[in-house]
Amino acid sequence: MADDLKTWRELPVAMIVDQPGNTVEVETGTWRALRPVLDPSKCIKCLICWVYCPDLAIERLEDDSVKINYYYCKGCGICAEECPTKAIQMVEEGV
Amino acid sequence: MEVKVERQIRTGLNGDEAVAYAAYHADVDVIAAYPITPQTIIVERLSEFVHDGLLDAEFIPVESEHSALSAVVGAAASGVRTFTATASQGLALMYEILYIASSLRLPIVMALADRALSALINIHCSHDDAYAARDSGWIEFFAENVQEAYDLVIAAFRVAEDKNISFPAIVNLDGFILSHSIEPLYIYEGQDVVREFLPRREPIVKLDPDKPVTIGALALQNYYIELKRAQAEAFEATPPYIRKILREYSEFSGRKYDFIKKYMIDDADIGFLVLGSTAGTMRHVVRKWREKGRKVGLISLTLYRPFPVDDLRDAVKGLKKLVIMDRSYSFGSPYAQLYMDVAATLYDEPEKPDLINVIYGLGGRDFNEYTAEEMWEKINRPGVKKIWVGVRGD
Amino acid sequence: MGFIRRLNDIPREEYFAPGHAFCAGCGITSIIRMVLKAYEGPKIIVNATGCMEVASTLYPRTAWKVPWIHSAFENAAATAAGIEAAFKILNRKYGYNKKVHVIAFGGDGGTFDIGIQALSGALERGHNFTYICYDNEAYMNTGIQRSGATPMGAATTTSPAGRVIPGKPQGKKDLVFIAAFHKIPYVATLNPAFMQDMYNKLVKASQIEGPKFLHYYTPCPTGWRFDTSHSIKIARLAVQTRFFPLYEIERGKLRITVDIKKPKPLEEYLKLQGRFRHLLDPKNKHIVDALKEEIERNWQRLKMLSQLDFIY
Repeated sequence: MADDLKTWRELPVAMIVDQPGNTVEVETGTWRALRPVLDPSKCIKCLICWVYCPDLAIERLEDDSVKINYYYCKGCGICAEECPTKAIQMVEEGV
Repeated sequence: MEVKVERQIRTGLNGDEAVAYAAYHADVDVIAAYPITPQTIIVERLSEFVHDGLLDAEFIPVESEHSALSAVVGAAASGVRTFTATASQGLALMYEILYIASSLRLPIVMALADRALSALINIHCSHDDAYAARDSGWIEFFAENVQEAYDLVIAAFRVAEDKNISFPAIVNLDGFILSHSIEPLYIYEGQDVVREFLPRREPIVKLDPDKPVTIGALALQNYYIELKRAQAEAFEATPPYIRKILREYSEFSGRKYDFIKKYMIDDADIGFLVLGSTAGTMRHVVRKWREKGRKVGLISLTLYRPFPVDDLRDAVKGLKKLVIMDRSYSFGSPYAQLYMDVAATLYDEPEKPDLINVIYGLGGRDFNEYTAEEMWEKINRPGVKKIWVGVRGD
Repeated sequence: MGFIRRLNDIPREEYFAPGHAFCAGCGITSIIRMVLKAYEGPKIIVNATGCMEVASTLYPRTAWKVPWIHSAFENAAATAAGIEAAFKILNRKYGYNKKVHVIAFGGDGGTFDIGIQALSGALERGHNFTYICYDNEAYMNTGIQRSGATPMGAATTTSPAGRVIPGKPQGKKDLVFIAAFHKIPYVATLNPAFMQDMYNKLVKASQIEGPKFLHYYTPCPTGWRFDTSHSIKIARLAVQTRFFPLYEIERGKLRITVDIKKPKPLEEYLKLQGRFRHLLDPKNKHIVDALKEEIERNWQRLKMLSQLDFIY
């Protein structure tokens, strides 16, 4: 995240944040030590990983299949732990 | 100035009732308050106005002053006109939220029936509570009498809600001395009259599902100081707008309001500077002393925050001595609170009067002609800098 | 829309953005996301100081796509009360003409402890709002100090597993019943591992007028010291061991919504968490026994009360 630090003259009035959801620009994938790897052939579209991912890093596609967004994934491993078909495996980052 | 009595009613009210009528006539939307002496009559009357259907407002009978200010913070952030009232311990309990209300630029109006802080517990007047709010970013007015309490609450709504200001405002009225004393005053015939001076609030920021904003985020080392710098700039920019509104209100009411009031000060050698109802007492005293040949005069502050620096510098010109009367005490500070503001205000002036700090009236101790005479005797002792009056043992 | 039968029925639209700063494996975002989906239409969020607030709104950024306000630690309920009152006035006096959900979130510190007075006042006054306590059973934001919600025996930084006093000596306050006995129309317990139960309670709450109190169990890998991947597993065990029963009280009628006929041994729950590890030492067996007794008494009480037509 390369935020341009603003001067006090440029800040919105009343200390508000007026761009709702602007954390979307923040990359939290750099926190990750373990990386979830999805085997789409095992996915039964149950959406458990989508529901439980704390980082909103599981994208729900049109047909309820899923895709992992590594820009946000912090590597907690809940998706792999909860996946009923073991379609997601955690592997070491960088290996 | 022309007294516009045609749409005003001459009546008798105590200070609390006058404040309640002012909030009613200002057509306030949400009130949250908790009973505390000597403010209680304000919330009692407002409850009556709401329960009798005279005032279309939500009255939230909260379980503490902390929740009172928190609730009006929520309501003010939703864009409506809000009011609360408290005193002393209640203000102390609100303290944390005072800073938040100002930081978030929420134009809440609060009446503060000034009362001494415990211990020992006391229900009568000191300015401890008014002073406790001085650094928090609230505009503060002081009423000298019941008429001013009524007028300043109405004016305070316009001031607080003005788009160029948008800061919360306190109207101080001395506990019991004003809050419980019935005085004659003019009030407006009703909301329709006041609406001409005080239109519906147009918020600069609000909680709006159609335009979501985040209010009250976490700001750390990389932004907190910029946010405070911006708040300071905005607060310091308020005086011209406050002045303009007080002038408009003077026209509207036929009663003159400005930042400070002066009485027989222009040719005086010794000036007295006061806040609140003591201005009335001291005006009487000054008149009597003038008859005795003492060249004295009086300055009282209607606006206490932001501190009326320029007005005060101008008003003290030519004085040999300025006696600053504090109805509070600042433990461990070189002088009491008002004195320190004045000393800082005058420090850079090439010519300035000698300053004396008088501590008086704590916990409702009467300040009258006799106390004033004691004060006169003490301030004329050589080398006097800080004295207490009306206290046994001094 | 509305009630769900399976997870695929949960709406796709997100009102909470990624890129937030919650710890890996944190349970808090589940309640945020689901509340924002289940409460349909305009809504305003009030947040007490705590993990949720600091991790989602680090200036100049916010993860919230709905109007959101934070004021202080102990006053979320009072702030929500003011917002509810303001929207009543906006509707009544100024023709705003929209039903707006007012939803307050507080952690267990902000709810069980410092905020209980403001909460009690707001519930008693009958404001039409929802208060959700996300309970991670300690002051996690300040670094894992014990609260009135910390369970007996748990180690925190102010109730450490010392040689003389092994963890928190006192049990957990029953805030659900404290809230319920303000005689409010709806209270419920929520657990992310039982998502359908949780989601449907949220939908139900969103449709009830008056004060609603929801108690959400949120697993905390940092404070409870467990592997981040075990969040939901631990949440599930909390229910399966009857440590955290799932029930609701609707207009005084108590109903257990997830019946646990054969509870799993409590030790299965305890052994996964660093905060309870010392309890597995045989010399601390009496604490585990006391915990078990408390859990059993609580379950029996709920069972008995669920037989009644109403409890208030």
